[in-house]
Amino acid sequence: MSEPGEHNENNQHHIVSPALYAVILAILLCATALTCGMSYIDLGEWHIAPGLTLFWNPVVALAIACTKMMLVVLFFMHVKYSTRLTKLTVACGLFTFIVLIGMTMTDYFTRAWGRW
Amino acid sequence: MSDSTATANGAVAEVHHEHPSYQRHHFESVEQQFDTTNFAMWLFLLTEVMFFGGLFTSYLIMRNWYYPAFVEGSHQLSIFWGTANTAVLLCSSFTMAMAVWSAEVRRKGMLLLFLGLTFVLGIGFLGIKGIEWHEKWEKSHVPGLRYSEASFLNPASDKEVYKEYHDKPLAPDMAAKTEQYFFLYFALTGMHALHMVIGVGILIFIMVRAKSGAYTSGHVTFVENFGLYWHFVDIIWIFLYPLLYLISRY
Amino acid sequence: MSAATIVTLPDQSTARIPKMNFLTKENGLLSWLLTGDHKRIATLYLISITFFFFIGGALAGLIRLELLTPQTSLMAADTYNKVFSMHGLIMVFFFLVPSVPATIGNFVVPMMVGAKDLALPKINLLSWYLYVLGGCMMIYTMAAGGVDTGWTFTTPLSTHYLNTNVASAATAVFIAGFSSIFTGLNFIVTIHKMRCPGMTWFRLPLFIWSNYAASILMVLGTPVLAIVLVLVVLERTVHIGVFDPAYGGDPILFQHLFWFYSHPAVYIMILPGFGVISEVISTFSRKRVFGYTAVAFSSVAIAVFAFFVWAHHMFIMGISNYSAIVFSLMTMLVAVPSAIKIFNWAFTLYKGSITFETPMLYAFGFMGLFTIGGMTGVFLGSTGTDIQLTETYFIVAHFHFVMVGGMLMSFLSGIHFWWPKWTGRMYPEKLSQLAALTTFIGFNLTFFPQFILGTLGMPRRYAAYPPEFQALNVFSTAGATVLGVGYLLPILYLTWSLKYGAIAGDNPWQATGLEWQTQSPPLTENFPEIPIMDHEAYDYEWLEKQQQKEVASVG
Repeated sequence: MSEPGEHNENNQHHIVSPALYAVILAILLCATALTCGMSYIDLGEWHIAPGLTLFWNPVVALAIACTKMMLVVLFFMHVKYSTRLTKLTVACGLFTFIVLIGMTMTDYFTRAWGRW
Repeated sequence: MSDSTATANGAVAEVHHEHPSYQRHHFESVEQQFDTTNFAMWLFLLTEVMFFGGLFTSYLIMRNWYYPAFVEGSHQLSIFWGTANTAVLLCSSFTMAMAVWSAEVRRKGMLLLFLGLTFVLGIGFLGIKGIEWHEKWEKSHVPGLRYSEASFLNPASDKEVYKEYHDKPLAPDMAAKTEQYFFLYFALTGMHALHMVIGVGILIFIMVRAKSGAYTSGHVTFVENFGLYWHFVDIIWIFLYPLLYLISRY
Repeated sequence: MSAATIVTLPDQSTARIPKMNFLTKENGLLSWLLTGDHKRIATLYLISITFFFFIGGALAGLIRLELLTPQTSLMAADTYNKVFSMHGLIMVFFFLVPSVPATIGNFVVPMMVGAKDLALPKINLLSWYLYVLGGCMMIYTMAAGGVDTGWTFTTPLSTHYLNTNVASAATAVFIAGFSSIFTGLNFIVTIHKMRCPGMTWFRLPLFIWSNYAASILMVLGTPVLAIVLVLVVLERTVHIGVFDPAYGGDPILFQHLFWFYSHPAVYIMILPGFGVISEVISTFSRKRVFGYTAVAFSSVAIAVFAFFVWAHHMFIMGISNYSAIVFSLMTMLVAVPSAIKIFNWAFTLYKGSITFETPMLYAFGFMGLFTIGGMTGVFLGSTGTDIQLTETYFIVAHFHFVMVGGMLMSFLSGIHFWWPKWTGRMYPEKLSQLAALTTFIGFNLTFFPQFILGTLGMPRRYAAYPPEFQALNVFSTAGATVLGVGYLLPILYLTWSLKYGAIAGDNPWQATGLEWQTQSPPLTENFPEIPIMDHEAYDYEWLEKQQQKEVASVG
């Protein structure tokens, strides 16, 4: 803890510049246009194994969305300049979310595999 | 026995010192108060992530099971309004971040400007959402309340959409599943809109307080933490946009 | 039991309750209803959950009365369904989940970390109001005729086949869920950000570690319950079809989302209890908890693993066999950290100076009963045996052993342990030891026969059963009567002790921990100055040196 009487402007003494915010906004808007455009193009699929196919369109769309999310999280929400605790907190949230979806999917994806 | 001034080993921490009026008494410093409330807001956002998580799980399952229905359902959404709304919300995140910056550099005029812009963009988003929902109601695509599968059993009957996408008619059982798509559409965008409404409401409160200088004298906590909330609601939309609007437009 | 005791009370002829304490600081109803003081909020919670405990207990009494006979003699089957559903809902959401965290935790956590209050006092008060609101909603549900889905709201029964008060029950639980979230959030923030100088993570009492782990579960798990209840209500009102196969929905989806919370919920319920046991066993063996690091990390490990096992509640529901294997494996792993704790407590006892005050009696009861309950959980985690035992009285016995024999015993242990700090008074020791013993005996009589009933095949949630099961059911009901007496006694003597109990002084148990270095009852601000922590947790040598210093100094 700091000495009493010392005031900090914001967390971690770092104020992000408006120029950086503007750059991030520009990237976000471009990414939006990109993801919109990609949805009009059939990107094909990858046949990993019989009965197991990966379609590229949703993968690309989610990848772009995740990138946009990380930009908002790191810069607009200042996580890049935050403590390790904040970064860990964000990671825990994402992890638990993935566990919810992933382990639920262990049921739904494998139902079609039959009894044994 | 030990009296009420007992401490761990007899040593006493700093004597009560001067602190700003906005520092609560159970905190030892402004920095501690800021750190603490910031962390608390992040934890609250984690709860929101898990709250939406249940809806995203449902979406994932239904989309996998009823992909053709989801494709044709998503063609009913206006790509123009959806993309516009995404741009509106991203800009509002920018203006909110700028508002926090204004508070940090203690410029009240800029703070009010950017809060105002964020407010306008937020209202704009809700307005566009209202337009979209109204259109859904007009076309009878509101599950449980006013739903018709005509556009999916016979896509040619819906001229504007058919002109763009030339959808094939869905089999009756798959056409029925488009109602699942629209349920998820309304549940996700509705829950998101509810969070936007709450955000806009708090924004009004912040603007009133900002006018009286509450946030430009070093106490940026409330604005910064609200900013986190606002960005989070934006992130939800960053995912809703591709998941609902961009399923497949080829 | 030996007559030895570590209790050290001040001279009763001269001792007085300190004039200025958190109870006397302000007077009037509003000073309680608008308080930010974590100790007052804890007291409000204690009164509220005791109220709900007795409602839930009365419902349990009705269940056992009905099950005295094989036929539905006391009430119709539908009514019986409502009785056990309300019993489960009230006991889980309005008693067990908030029991230790919201009462003992709220009271003790800030003091243990050396802070003047929790990080967010207003949120703490909001948490209590949400609890009360949810509780009122639940009472309304009962008055309106109850709900008969079981506490688990399983679809499609709850969404399509019932016209009981599902929506209002779901709303009540939704609101109570947010109460729980805010408590957990407050604890995590406090433990991270409000520790006094010198209080490193590994000097914290293990009660803090356990509540920290439980709080993580509250914050990350409860929102999923919230959204699934919203979906159930939407399904019932608007017929969206998400859980309806006719519309392409999946009833199993409900269960995935419901148990994603409700399995971590059982750890939310038990972890704070583990914390109490660590404190009590250490104090009454006069010894550091063996393997502090192991106990601390196992608490967090339980919190992490808790998220990976939920579908073990769904083995027979139609999930795929492959995912059943995954969840079964994970379930075996989650049992390990809990077992680690039992070993650590046992090794704490070894070569300790053990005395048998009431909190310690409850702790011993806990160790035995929780071990049995936990081991039977492992039987249930194995898919093969689970198919035989699930939805029978074996499950009922299993969760009552861990929840009542485990959690409730540790709650009572904690209440008795911190009672002198909370009120400044001691409870009557002989009577409380008798109550503890009565509870233990009554518990075993009530629930052990249910293991046998379950293995023999008696289904749960049935008002009527084949006549060959009657003898064991009668046994169980008789035990329940004894158990009821055991739970009634503390209410009576604890209330009595508020006026007539011996003055406790600051540290009647000679316990370590910062809360015992304050007066009893504590000041509103806990510490006039923030303390500095310069010794390890459970440092009994430090305590001795401290007491020698006080004897030597004047006054």
